[in-house]
Amino acid sequence: MSVHCDHQDEVVPRQSNYAGLIAELRRNLPILSILDQMEDVKPYECDGLSAYRQVPRAVILPRTESDLKRVLEACRQHRVPVVVRGAGTGLSGGAMPHAEGVVVSLARFMQILEIDPQARTARVQPGVRNLALSEAAAPHNLYYAPDPSSQIACTLGGNVAENSGGVHCLKYGLTVHNVLSARALVLSEDGIDEVTFGSASPDAPGLDLLAALNGSEGMLAVVTEILVKLTPKPEIAQVVMASFDSVVTAADAVAAIIAAGIIPAGLEMMDKQAIAAVEPFARAGYDTDAAAILLCESDGTSEEVAHEIARITEVLRNAGVRQIRTSQNEAERLLFWAGRKAAFPAVGRITPDYLCMDGTIPRKRLGEMLGAISEMEKKYSLRCANVFHAGDGNLHPLIMFDANDPDETTRALAFGAEILELSVALGGTITGEHGVGIEKLAQMCVQFSPEELSAFSAVKYAFDPQGLLNPGKVIPTAARCREYKQTGTGHRHDCHAHNHEVTA
Amino acid sequence: MSLAIQTVSTVQPDSPILQRWQDQIRTARAEEKTLVITGAGSKSFYGLPIEGEALDTRDYRGIIDYEPTELVMTARCGTPLSEIEATLAASGQMLAFEPPRFGGTPTIGGVVAAGLSGPRRMAAGAVRDFVLGVRLMTGTGDLMRFGGQVMKNVAGYDVSRMLTGSLGCFGVVAEVSLKVVPTLHQETTLQFDVTEREALANLNRWAGQPLPISGSLWLDGKLSVRLSGAEPAVAAARRKLGGEALVDNSVAEALWAGVRDQSHSFFAEDSSALIRLSLPDTSAPIPRSEQQLIEWGGAQRWYRADVSQLQQFCDLATNAGGHATLFRAPKGHRTSKAFTPLSKPLLRIHRALKQSFDPAGVFNRGRMYPEF
Ligand SMILES: Cc1cc2nc3c(=O)[nH]c(=O)nc-3n(C[C@H](O)[C@H](O)[C@H](O)COP(=O)(O)OP(=O)(O)OC[C@H]3O[C@@H](n4cnc5c(N)ncnc54)[C@H](O)[C@@H]3O)c2cc1C
Repeated sequence: MSVHCDHQDEVVPRQSNYAGLIAELRRNLPILSILDQMEDVKPYECDGLSAYRQVPRAVILPRTESDLKRVLEACRQHRVPVVVRGAGTGLSGGAMPHAEGVVVSLARFMQILEIDPQARTARVQPGVRNLALSEAAAPHNLYYAPDPSSQIACTLGGNVAENSGGVHCLKYGLTVHNVLSARALVLSEDGIDEVTFGSASPDAPGLDLLAALNGSEGMLAVVTEILVKLTPKPEIAQVVMASFDSVVTAADAVAAIIAAGIIPAGLEMMDKQAIAAVEPFARAGYDTDAAAILLCESDGTSEEVAHEIARITEVLRNAGVRQIRTSQNEAERLLFWAGRKAAFPAVGRITPDYLCMDGTIPRKRLGEMLGAISEMEKKYSLRCANVFHAGDGNLHPLIMFDANDPDETTRALAFGAEILELSVALGGTITGEHGVGIEKLAQMCVQFSPEELSAFSAVKYAFDPQGLLNPGKVIPTAARCREYKQTGTGHRHDCHAHNHEVTA
Repeated sequence: MSLAIQTVSTVQPDSPILQRWQDQIRTARAEEKTLVITGAGSKSFYGLPIEGEALDTRDYRGIIDYEPTELVMTARCGTPLSEIEATLAASGQMLAFEPPRFGGTPTIGGVVAAGLSGPRRMAAGAVRDFVLGVRLMTGTGDLMRFGGQVMKNVAGYDVSRMLTGSLGCFGVVAEVSLKVVPTLHQETTLQFDVTEREALANLNRWAGQPLPISGSLWLDGKLSVRLSGAEPAVAAARRKLGGEALVDNSVAEALWAGVRDQSHSFFAEDSSALIRLSLPDTSAPIPRSEQQLIEWGGAQRWYRADVSQLQQFCDLATNAGGHATLFRAPKGHRTSKAFTPLSKPLLRIHRALKQSFDPAGVFNRGRMYPEF
């Protein structure tokens, strides 16, 4: 589909010389893979958010770090925008190409360089898949804690760039809490600098620029090596599955668990529509008559888990639970989780397309938010299933629509925008873990003042003075903000000269 | 080269105190003067000595928002840490990173600006890991919010974490939102008579196992390990680790408070410098004969040394993959170097950020590095 040729907000850097770049690379790096034929670059036109597409001028797939450095140096000299790409599973269009730029894919940087069981760390290249790392660490009884549902496919470089979370991040933290240091290439005014952010020691001198790099959506530096913390595998884990007659009761149960001083290893919620989509697909044994189910996991030593599960069960019983089941073995635990982890694809089966929202709200506002969403379902005549990282207030409404129907698409986007604005109004944020990318540019104007947006530009500039890395993402222009405030829509339908129209 | 942050002043100070700061900052800027942001002054020894007119943060105080079930507290920067901790304790919660007091009554703004964490650092995380958002007054007197009051938030760059530990060089942290955690039910301290090498080996081995270790300390042949958690976990770990339990709880508490706040006699101010090494926790023993105290499972090592030895310590730390800090200069010594110098590209980024957030160099000039 091509309803959206919505464009990045930055204009093309002046004196951009794409032809010069390609000629130079072909001359100096003859073995470098450069894709520039339509059929070859088309698979790169979008990431996991297929509503926004843009074919790049070319896709470059370097194999070695020295080639990567030379590619970036050439892009810098020729002022050609660079969009770095991991696995392309991002859900906000972060890896969507730039019309005048090249995509640099790090898919070939997939080596786990070192696992140090003594130090409980792993040093990896950015293209290593999240799950592959945990698998490689498993023989040492260690694992990499952040586990996005896309962990089979997504890369650690992408995880760092998005500061990704997972179902276990309430207890074990987000990517930013699990990355010790990152080596990266910075496009400075006079060349490509190799910089290490953070340290294998608990802190590094100066500002905490590693914190800024996490979640920077490929706009500050190209991450080439990541040192992550590995976590000792808990002796055992058990999950309680509880169902409720109303989402508000379920949300209150979550608050009651926290109030009891328990930080579960995972605490997830699904509403009726999500359960209905997931159960036939995953056959996890969810209570399909319930208005909401909660999955609450405990991990640790067997004594600890037995003790905690008993406490969780008691709290849930006092919180008006309908049904409660506790996994009796590892297979059952995985089955209970399988439904939750497959929530997106399961919803994908019952609708041609869906938009996944990602706002975070203070948990106590959940009832209000879900009430408003069901009103919006009527207003926009679209269905919405809700999956919720209940422990930390991160809500994923999945708005179902048909992308081939332009009117439905417009309604879906407006639906999504309204949810995001409500997230801000309720004291939350437009994105908890998927990033702003291209998708939420307009809503950035709602969440931030012009000064704050300008401060973000200053941060970008401090790293990337020429504005070549993923330009036009995350930070909206003043013009877009004006337009959004006037018309309520930040989705412009104009296309750049090099936007090759595609239909899917 | 840097980008100027446009100032359209969309946000007006909503308190007379913020208004006063804004006036003070703008006057200082116009008159090309520098300001020293001061809270309770409990960490005034830290960083390079600086001069300027004081911008006192203490009267901008009070907890703005605290909902125990949300695990988030928002407070004004001048709020005393003691008030915050007492409020949290009343709901069975705490700040996980165990901020040091250094014998004073620090403000929460100072805790965040200094970015220093206590014994629980390796188990729970550092200050930056719990900072969810800040309200900042920049060097142009503009008020900005970064992050927020929710636990997961990736809208825009993570400026609030980035500025944690920035020693007030980029702005005044006016308000801060922190993630808080439940207090752990059970605490036990075990002690072992071991050499430095054995202590490090044990700590590294234990860190690789799911044990509830929440603090470690080695000094003069004695290793102390604190366990915190649910009762069954602590009991199981105790059986597993052996050692001798410190039966008197108040003695144990005093021990951990003593290293956290540096009231322990090891840290007493005298003619020697206090040098801090931040290292990968598996680093081999550092070949120095000075008196040493090891914390954080081997990742934080303190030395009492002659200040002339600082460079040697810096080199040793850098070679081991970490860095050294002159944490406290000897009595009466005025130092021109406290932190390990930044690489050229890192310095460039720091300078550009300083130029954007504090274009006239009003705040804490030279507290971190002489260059900004
Ligand atoms: C089914 C499904 C489930 C998902 N579940 C979750 C979830 O539970 N939690 C969650 O947080 N996310 C989730 N996501 C979103 C997505 O998987 C994450 O954002 C992931 O981290 C993206 O990784 P990637 O390798 O695919 O990155 P890409 O999509 O390729 O890129 C994402 C961004 O990172 C930048 N980037 C990539 N590599 C580098 C590098 N080396 N240096 C600098 N910048 C780089 C890109 O430029 C882009 O801006 C899900 C996505 C899908 C499709």
